[in-house]
Amino acid sequence: MTSPADLVCRELTKDFDNFRAVDQVSFEVPQGSFFSILGPSGCGKTTLLRMIAGFQFPTSGDLLIKGNSMLGVGPNKRPVSMVFQHLALFPMMSIGKNIGFGLRQRGVAASEIKQRVGLVLERVGLPGIEDRQVDQLSGGQKQRVAIARCMVLEPDVLLLDEPLGALDLKLREHMKIELKALQAEFNTTFVYITHDQSEALVMSDNIVVMNKGRFDQIGTAKDLYYEPANAFVAGFVGDANRFEGKITAVNGQIVTVQTEAGVSLHAQLTGQGAAVGQMAQIFVRPEAIELSKTALQGADHSNASERIVDSVLFNGANSLVILRDPISGETIQVTLPQTGAFLGLGKGETIYTSWNPAQARCFVDGDA
Amino acid sequence: MGSDRSKLGFYLLLAPLLLWLVTLIILPHIGLFAVSISEKVGVREYETGLGNYAVFFNEPLYWRTFARTAFMSISTTVLTLLLGFPIAYYIAKLTRGRTKTTLFLMCLIPFWVSELVRTFGWMILLRETGVLSNFLQYTGVIGGPVEFLYNDGAIMVGLVYTSILFMIVPLVTTLDSLDDSLIEAGYDLGGSGFSILREIVIPHAMPGIVSGCIVVFMLSLGNYLTPILLGGKDSLWFTGLIYTQFITRFNWELGSAFGFLLLALSSAVVFLGLKLSRQSLSNTMGR
Repeated sequence: MTSPADLVCRELTKDFDNFRAVDQVSFEVPQGSFFSILGPSGCGKTTLLRMIAGFQFPTSGDLLIKGNSMLGVGPNKRPVSMVFQHLALFPMMSIGKNIGFGLRQRGVAASEIKQRVGLVLERVGLPGIEDRQVDQLSGGQKQRVAIARCMVLEPDVLLLDEPLGALDLKLREHMKIELKALQAEFNTTFVYITHDQSEALVMSDNIVVMNKGRFDQIGTAKDLYYEPANAFVAGFVGDANRFEGKITAVNGQIVTVQTEAGVSLHAQLTGQGAAVGQMAQIFVRPEAIELSKTALQGADHSNASERIVDSVLFNGANSLVILRDPISGETIQVTLPQTGAFLGLGKGETIYTSWNPAQARCFVDGDA
Repeated sequence: MGSDRSKLGFYLLLAPLLLWLVTLIILPHIGLFAVSISEKVGVREYETGLGNYAVFFNEPLYWRTFARTAFMSISTTVLTLLLGFPIAYYIAKLTRGRTKTTLFLMCLIPFWVSELVRTFGWMILLRETGVLSNFLQYTGVIGGPVEFLYNDGAIMVGLVYTSILFMIVPLVTTLDSLDDSLIEAGYDLGGSGFSILREIVIPHAMPGIVSGCIVVFMLSLGNYLTPILLGGKDSLWFTGLIYTQFITRFNWELGSAFGFLLLALSSAVVFLGLKLSRQSLSNTMGR
């Protein structure tokens, strides 16, 4: 099934006075998918979104929506709508007027506007609130009204600029699920930008990790989490313990790295061309580390070591322990298995850790 | 005892304001009103009555001057708004940081000079042998010297110039508080520049527009210097009539009545303006 892509960017570049905010970015977003752009603040994701919306024009490259180039087309002439970071609902208008704004600009008849506004409010689950004022709504309701205001125009692409940022944690969790459901309901292409990796991971069909104006990796949430393309993605998506050291042996895809403290670690190499003597970084997910109360030895248990419990961070199912290496003093985070075996773990206890080298990722420095 | 003390503090802090209001505003007005309703029937003989007000309505020169002053002040206000709004929008929305401060200061700088000097500045520009006339003769647009002073246009120019700052300041303040993303959202939803101005920018700036208009209208209506200097003998500004009654004719009774009529006029126009724009005084002036 190859539906034409709703949004295509080709080598899109944006230069500001003294730096390049977006650097030769190319991607395609297929119709009806939820596409997230994930990156730290200042990585250029907002600039990219504003170029798609039409508030900024690219220095070079091309931008196509439904196959039509959008270069030189103003934001009011593009088939895209944007949900702003702080929603930008018009406080001087009622909810009905807010949602009807776009239709009024298009010269739709008043009776039809009324009907379509009613319909879209029903679809976002807020029927009959046309006459209320913006400040009478709760945070989640405003969010849905902002989406309704865009969706009533039936845009080809809906852009969302970190709209969940201002909500409290509980509501944010709830809205993640709701946004995904709304996207399925409207079957519109969503382009969502965020710095919050859990928002991106939960909602998206495809995610791109952006750093310093470039795309580091495009893939599904699973790809990014389990097969990060480089050290930045590995460190940015999900939690990870990071070790640095010098490569002492290369054995196929498994490399051995000696850290400065003298500990030897094994991990699977990502990419090619590792050579002994190069500097490398190893990333291990907290949940990939196995805990044991007895010493672990043998070939099954490479990367085995003895550690001391520094503290237990209890957080229900997401509890972590922080373990300290008695020799180097380095600390690592390990997910506490919820099997009951480690329920009584306390500070100062000795515990044994190990991980499968295939679960750890090694990146040679300088190729990121 | 604590509450007594805080009460004392409250009244002490209130005292200067009350002193100001009572001695400089309320008492003089009561006195003026008392004078305005006393009619002179003989030497040092007065009767209470509305005769002074009757004189105003029976003499066409008086009430026509009155109407003319009101009309000119309203025109000045509209003109100031039309000129001030783009300037304020430019300062508030299209400039940042240093440029903004500089532009704002440039609006303010003329007000470091006294109004008298500023008005004389306009006279130098507009008089028959002035800069504008000479320039137009030099470029050949006009054949001989032309007098630009002493007409309604000159009065209007002077009034707009004097009061435009009081329009720009409240407008910049309200436009500054308009979130840029609202304007962007308007464009994003397909709005044109005009529809965004009408549906988003102006409704948001309404309190600033109304408060600026009130101040400019009051300043123009009560202005004495500019109409007299730039409009000359025939300026026929109502404040000029009041001056004549008090100082030249020494008819304090009629002068006071005129003063009260001017007060009633300004209050009525402001009230009407607020009603028409659906704003309240506390909403526009109390911020």
